[in-house]
Amino acid sequence: MKSVEEIKAAIEAAVPGARVELQLNPGPAAQHSLRLSPEHAVEVAKFLRDDPELAFDFLSNVTGVDWPDKEIAEKVKVTREVKKIVDGPDGKVEQTMQETAEEVRKHLEPGCLEAVYHLYSVAKKHGPLVLRMRTKNRSDQVELPSLTPTWRSAEFQEREVFDLYGIVFKGHPDLRRILMWDGFKDYPMRKDYVEPDDFEYEPTAHDEVLKRAQEHRSSEQGSGGRDQGQVAG
Amino acid sequence: MSVAETKSEKLEGWNRPPVVVPDGEGELLEVAMGPHHPSTHGVFRMDVALDGERVIHLKPVFGYLHRNHEKIAENVAYLASMPYTDRLDYFCSLSNNWAYALAVEKLAGQEVPERAEYIRVILAELTRIQNHASSIGFLIQEMGASGTPLMYAFREREKILDLFESLTGSRMMCNYMRFGGCRVDVSAVWLDATRKVVAALPAFVDEFEALLSSNEILMARCQGVGILKPELAVNAGISGPMLRASGVDYDIRKVDHYGIYDRFKFRVPLGDHGDIYDRYMVRVLEMRESITILEQALKDIPGGPIMDPKAKIRGFRPKPGEAYGRIEAPKGELGFYLISDGGPNPYRYRVRPPSLINLTVLEDMCLGHNVADVVLIFGSVDIVLGEVDR
Repeated sequence: MKSVEEIKAAIEAAVPGARVELQLNPGPAAQHSLRLSPEHAVEVAKFLRDDPELAFDFLSNVTGVDWPDKEIAEKVKVTREVKKIVDGPDGKVEQTMQETAEEVRKHLEPGCLEAVYHLYSVAKKHGPLVLRMRTKNRSDQVELPSLTPTWRSAEFQEREVFDLYGIVFKGHPDLRRILMWDGFKDYPMRKDYVEPDDFEYEPTAHDEVLKRAQEHRSSEQGSGGRDQGQVAG
Repeated sequence: MSVAETKSEKLEGWNRPPVVVPDGEGELLEVAMGPHHPSTHGVFRMDVALDGERVIHLKPVFGYLHRNHEKIAENVAYLASMPYTDRLDYFCSLSNNWAYALAVEKLAGQEVPERAEYIRVILAELTRIQNHASSIGFLIQEMGASGTPLMYAFREREKILDLFESLTGSRMMCNYMRFGGCRVDVSAVWLDATRKVVAALPAFVDEFEALLSSNEILMARCQGVGILKPELAVNAGISGPMLRASGVDYDIRKVDHYGIYDRFKFRVPLGDHGDIYDRYMVRVLEMRESITILEQALKDIPGGPIMDPKAKIRGFRPKPGEAYGRIEAPKGELGFYLISDGGPNPYRYRVRPPSLINLTVLEDMCLGHNVADVVLIFGSVDIVLGEVDR
């Protein structure tokens, strides 16, 4: 099999305008991956499948990864001018001095959702080639192109990524929830997913349970949920 | 969405079989097969649209057994997921263990001692034999031969499960492999018992074949039904016996040479037509090949340690990085994708379930066939719901 760098060069030669970034894997497995720009991903996928030398005809695994927003704290050395009163020959004198101090600066690195594809070749018996695509953010721009028209095996797996991570695959023929039920609202595999309070009606609610019961009653009012009027009483 | 509404035109440009058009007589009947249906091996639903007896549409519905295995695994240490992998495909817990151990060993760069590799091969091939035997038994059961043929398969399976129990302490939930080796060593007594069981296996396969392979009813029901073309099979990511029954020569034991599979001589059986009969036949032949692997492994098994002495059990924290490890499980390609951020828990833990992905082409295989054949075609895919829904 060609090395990842050679495959990257081949993609850039075959699909004009495609941006491919090499992402190195520092671990012992050394399965390096290529990060594709979503705009050209479908063309790149077709090229990888149909190129006679690469022939990645078998899409084995599709999955998502959640990278939440990260607050990064950096220690920066700052030099400031400080006015100090110093003993001079003529008594006290005000003098400006330079002082270096360490300051912690925080900035927010925006997170993203990532789709990861593992490709193999049945014809040439090589692999894996790891492809990744990233969404712009985690809230409203979560669209990525679907590779299901190129590899049918992505059909259920992309549905699963949509279901559990909330990545919307443009061009998927049948994008619905697959493991959770249709009315479900959240995306359970995200790192910031909050599990629902595991609350059950209890006829003799007291103390903590009573507090939780009351919270449930107020949050469920008007939502057509269970009637829990008798819980607090 | 109702089944009849799902438009096949949307799927244009796909590698799809021609759409079956109703002949205009009578009405379409929508049937929900499942979630509780004797043929579904668990809780699984197929929404079928029927024109008379013919299947016009089929949509599988999953998730009745979903417990978000992946999320649970991301919240516990690496080793704590090992017992839970038993519950994925509960027929083949030992191959699940191996796939997970292999992925973690790739992630952490661990070596496995030779004796442990031999033990893993022996256990994985025993698992394959009992899985294929019982999957054929279930297939015959779905054909209407209730009980007896399945019991022939279960009789052999029982002997193999007894071996598992005496070694690991459990018949099905074995929890046996560890990162860098195995949990306990096999004894000489156990190896002798295994040799006895393996020596009796060819006779069982012969008997099974004499009863089934040229059986008129089995041939009439299975030949030419549920055909899967090799191009579609590769494109749809089908793996395992189902892929090879379509004539595609792809066995991960031969391709990846994971473990020590390059030391054994065995052949990869392939099908011609890609129908149910070929899938049945490939499984029977694979059992025979597994027996030859077992004979070689039981002859050559060396002494020595069963755990990598450098393997860390407590405080196991692989370096940051990621790894995808896969094995040829009895049902197909079972893979684990792991990302480590240097902590004690995996940052990302993903199971590539062969059972779920092999169902991608269920509709394609069933279109145009009678509803009674759907049960058979579904049975020939060989799935376990614990792995489909995870």
